[in-house]
Amino acid sequence: MDETSKIIKTVSSVMFPFVTIYGLYVILHGHLTPGGGFQGGAIVASGCALLVVAFGSDAIAKRVKESQLSLLESIGALGFISLAFVGIATTFFYNSLAGTKFLFGRIPPYGSNPGYLSSGGLLPLMNLAVGTKVIAGLFAIVLILAIATRKKGGRSK
Amino acid sequence: MRSRDAVALIALVLLGSFMIMSVLPLANMIRPFGEPVNPEMDDYIITHAQNETGANNAVTSVVFDYRGFDTLGEATVLFTAVAGVILVLRRYAHG
Repeated sequence: MDETSKIIKTVSSVMFPFVTIYGLYVILHGHLTPGGGFQGGAIVASGCALLVVAFGSDAIAKRVKESQLSLLESIGALGFISLAFVGIATTFFYNSLAGTKFLFGRIPPYGSNPGYLSSGGLLPLMNLAVGTKVIAGLFAIVLILAIATRKKGGRSK
Repeated sequence: MRSRDAVALIALVLLGSFMIMSVLPLANMIRPFGEPVNPEMDDYIITHAQNETGANNAVTSVVFDYRGFDTLGEATVLFTAVAGVILVLRRYAHG
């Protein structure tokens, strides 16, 4: 794979934190604004894909192993399922945290309003779990496709 | 090859005309945007979602709360895709 120019590397390095912060904002505000775990995770994973394109798959694969990403994705999936089991006393996927005085328990007034960040019950936590899962899953797919389809073929041992 | 192209073109034209003909009678039955046939579920979610889930984004409250099982399946689809990609391409990735 040809080296990308210094301009591409610099601009990608500058852009990556902003893309990541925007994606995390979309994930964390999933219960207030349009978006959520899937969309924000796709944004963060696209920022990671930008790094893979700019710096080459070798440089990224030295720092991140796809087994770590797979582990992170499994953690996200198990977190999502266990959050679904929190309200099992009523039903599966029951939002038992909403309306309590605990964290994320505030109820916004009816109608159009900005809402509170500390509302939504289990929904922000589920957004976080799904976001973790989508970030790790999409980045794993992009990374392993980039490693497998480069010209030399095969990671150097 | 020429005859196969002709057959393919005829088949395409037939299929396309059948599809257009099947859609044309539906044009009079299409309801305007925002007026579904059975609005009971929509009305319930619009009026109760904020109070029941505490989330201002009603879409998120549907996706993660009312229709949580659907999201679980969606997450499983992504998990299966990642597992399949890693399973197939790990050989190339590790040399």
